[in-house]
Amino acid sequence: MSDKSADAYWAANIRIITISMVIWALVSFGFGIVLRPLISWIPIGGTDLGFWFAQQGSILTFIALIFYYTWYMNRLDKEFGVDEQ
Amino acid sequence: MDQFTLNLIVVGASFALYVGIAIWARAGTTSDFYAASRGVNPIVNGAATAADWMSAASFISMAGLIAFVGYGNSTFLMGWTGGYVLLALLLAPYLRKFGRFTVPDFIGDRFYSQTARLVAVISLLTMSITYVIGQMTGAGVAFSRFLEVPSSTGLFIASAVVFIYAVLGGMKGITYTQLAQYCVLIVAYTIPAIFISLQLTGNPLPQLGLFSTHTDSGLPLLTKLDQVLVQLGFHDYTGLHAPQTTFNMVLFTMSLMIGTAGLPHVIIRFFTVPKVSDARLSAGWALVFIALLYTVAPAVGSMARLNIITTIYPHTTETGELDLERPLAYADRPQWMLNWEQTGLLRFEDKAGDGVIRYYNAANPPAIAVEEGWQGNEMVTFNQDILVLANPEIAQLPGWVIALIAAGGLAAALSTAAGLLLAISSAISHDLIKSMINPGISEKGELLAARISMAFAIALATWLGLNPPGFAAQVVALAFGLAAASLFPAIMMGIFSKKMNSTGAIVGMLVGLLSTVAYIFTYLGMFFIPGTNLLPNTQEYWLFGISPLSFGTVGAILNFAAAYITLAMTKPAPKEIQELVESIRVPRGAGTAQSH
Repeated sequence: MSDKSADAYWAANIRIITISMVIWALVSFGFGIVLRPLISWIPIGGTDLGFWFAQQGSILTFIALIFYYTWYMNRLDKEFGVDEQ
Repeated sequence: MDQFTLNLIVVGASFALYVGIAIWARAGTTSDFYAASRGVNPIVNGAATAADWMSAASFISMAGLIAFVGYGNSTFLMGWTGGYVLLALLLAPYLRKFGRFTVPDFIGDRFYSQTARLVAVISLLTMSITYVIGQMTGAGVAFSRFLEVPSSTGLFIASAVVFIYAVLGGMKGITYTQLAQYCVLIVAYTIPAIFISLQLTGNPLPQLGLFSTHTDSGLPLLTKLDQVLVQLGFHDYTGLHAPQTTFNMVLFTMSLMIGTAGLPHVIIRFFTVPKVSDARLSAGWALVFIALLYTVAPAVGSMARLNIITTIYPHTTETGELDLERPLAYADRPQWMLNWEQTGLLRFEDKAGDGVIRYYNAANPPAIAVEEGWQGNEMVTFNQDILVLANPEIAQLPGWVIALIAAGGLAAALSTAAGLLLAISSAISHDLIKSMINPGISEKGELLAARISMAFAIALATWLGLNPPGFAAQVVALAFGLAAASLFPAIMMGIFSKKMNSTGAIVGMLVGLLSTVAYIFTYLGMFFIPGTNLLPNTQEYWLFGISPLSFGTVGAILNFAAAYITLAMTKPAPKEIQELVESIRVPRGAGTAQSH
């Protein structure tokens, strides 16, 4: 693997990590805590959306994030020829 | 058959299973002992990680912890799960590629420094030993509660079982017993949860039941719960209440997240899978298996709390509120209350001598309590663990479900204890003996050293479980704070910053470690000894309003800052180290696996 493609592989990885971390922070620290008052007008099962994110939604999002990242990286590994044979 | 015999049979059968697995999964090499020869299926590793992670406290206490505080304690749910995203994206795949056996191994080699290795070993031992005390006492308590033996006897039985499979099988034995323990604990937790959800909401899935309609009142369950809590003078379940603040919720959640990702006994589980991509996938499965319990816990907690309140106030007024004038008579208590009163977890005291139970918040009494001159709250002990432990009896489930709760609580305690003990013993035999004291030790010699270290770690944990330091309840916060402030930043910089050098990493770890310990001791006392705190542990005295339990986040920031400032003043890591970092960033070329 050339230095150039190694750099490109790493840059693509950092990019997907950054996007994932933004979503990770948004659903937990954002919707679940700090932004809860902003979205409190959306009702869900006897309470508001922020509460749902704090006790359930964030966990479900975390699971989706990890599986998406795994799928994305497997594809990226193959594309750059650095997957495990 | 009486309940005691049934408990004995179910718990005995689960223990026989663990011992059977131990005999099948004997370790023949150090690679077996430390990393199960990296041959563990990623889904199996996910389940083992979930059991490794979920302690006796998760199993028995978390539902109550959330139910009694409400929204504010959502921090535990988000914090203890969000850490797995960090593990999957930032740490696990790279550490797996690096292909060593322990966390100090990575830190020592990446930062080409025995000092860095030693600092990592000290951090690891401090957090793992403090953490294991709670597991051992938890196992002892679970034994004494269900099997009517003194908790010290229970502790010895638990230690003996762990001894068999951990000393014999190392990581290989621990992995497959953790898989079995996960199955036991999740079945035990879920069955009563399904029944209480059906009973209260008609929905068999507790996760959906929490947000459905409460059948008896026709209101959404959470609305009903808020309503009865407020009526009794408690604060509601879904709101944020003092002393918690948005600011400390954020910091505390972050501390739990990065602490989770930095705990060595969790990280080493990801060394056992065959490939780098398996390490990523395995973190996803681990979180699925953890979420099965963590999304049920708030449902179980809130439903059980509502159920107990409506048992005490069975009548409603015309407006649909609790009829506080017609509480339950002592003579009419259901059988499960009588059973749990014997354990001391539930206690009533007829202060007014009127033969009925008055349950309310005496510090903020409802108007009727003042008018009628009630004599105080008469449910004087309402232990949070009741919400999980008494569930099968509340839902009138058969005796084998109650026995399963006993086996589940023990499985949760034993699986976490075993993972911690492996982290402790491998740090001693691999990092201290093999890497620092006697590098010439043979493969056979190291395996023997690993087994002796394990036996020693079990003996130490048993002794600490029998003589727990008074601060046992606070040490988990310390463990998370230390993991967040010392190991997590060091590992992350080791992967994401090619230039980070040994001086920077060592200074960073020490700054993170010492600042966190200093801050916690300032408010909670030197070594948690009561009365030795320098400042009172209240919000007005906290630096910028930061709770000592949330300080791990700040410690981590200080660690990063100190490391980068030091790096700016010193030479970057040598070329061969930078090449090493480049090689761990790509999956290809990870060490070969061995199938079991």
